[in-house]
Amino acid sequence: MKARYFAWVRERIGLGEEEIAPPASVTTVAELVVWLKRRGENYAAAFADERAVRAALDRRHVKPEQPIASAKEIAFFPPMTGG
Amino acid sequence: MHKIVRLQKTAFDAAAEVASLTAGRKDIGALVTFTGHCRDEAGALAGLEIEVYPEMAEAEIERVAYEAARRWPLEALLVIHRHGEIRPGEPIVLVAAAAEHRAAAFAAAEFLMDYLKTAAPFWKKTRRNDGHPGDWVAAREEDDVAVQKWQTAPGKS
Repeated sequence: MKARYFAWVRERIGLGEEEIAPPASVTTVAELVVWLKRRGENYAAAFADERAVRAALDRRHVKPEQPIASAKEIAFFPPMTGG
Repeated sequence: MHKIVRLQKTAFDAAAEVASLTAGRKDIGALVTFTGHCRDEAGALAGLEIEVYPEMAEAEIERVAYEAARRWPLEALLVIHRHGEIRPGEPIVLVAAAAEHRAAAFAAAEFLMDYLKTAAPFWKKTRRNDGHPGDWVAAREEDDVAVQKWQTAPGKS
């Protein structure tokens, strides 16, 4: 699946987007965050305060307990500050 | 209902946009517009850099506009949101809601802005005049509180 990162999540990870292939044991957004944090210090820094990072699956806002199922795109970002 | 949703980098002329929304319309009795501008924070800021998740922003604004039209009897809706580099004094966002009567237009415009602030994927970073790196603007708790009132006051049911 494609992972996209925005604002300071993108800056801390050092990437705007990437293809990721989590194992089948990763079934929810929260589990994917745990898996990403093990990939390196940059990911650990981005997700240090997990409550500060929001997620969207296929461009819809989701909560951490949401199953990833067959989503094609996941995005992580801080609380929004538009308007 | 006539609906326009646009994301763009360039500045817009709010008066001209609103005039084109209502041109030739004889059924609109009330028009409420809101324009959000970039402040310079007493000279500290050279401007803002607004990052966007474009595909989701468009989908999210369309979803909120659809919800506004479901709640209130609207004749026309317009949402323009900029991204990229914005200088102090320039407009960032324009919302216009048109209806037969004012109550629907006022409520829909406020509803759209409250949801744009908390649900549309845009992030502001400041650019400072003193040469120091800018900061990501923190989300405001007031914005979360503002959006909550629409969960218990649904408009037309």
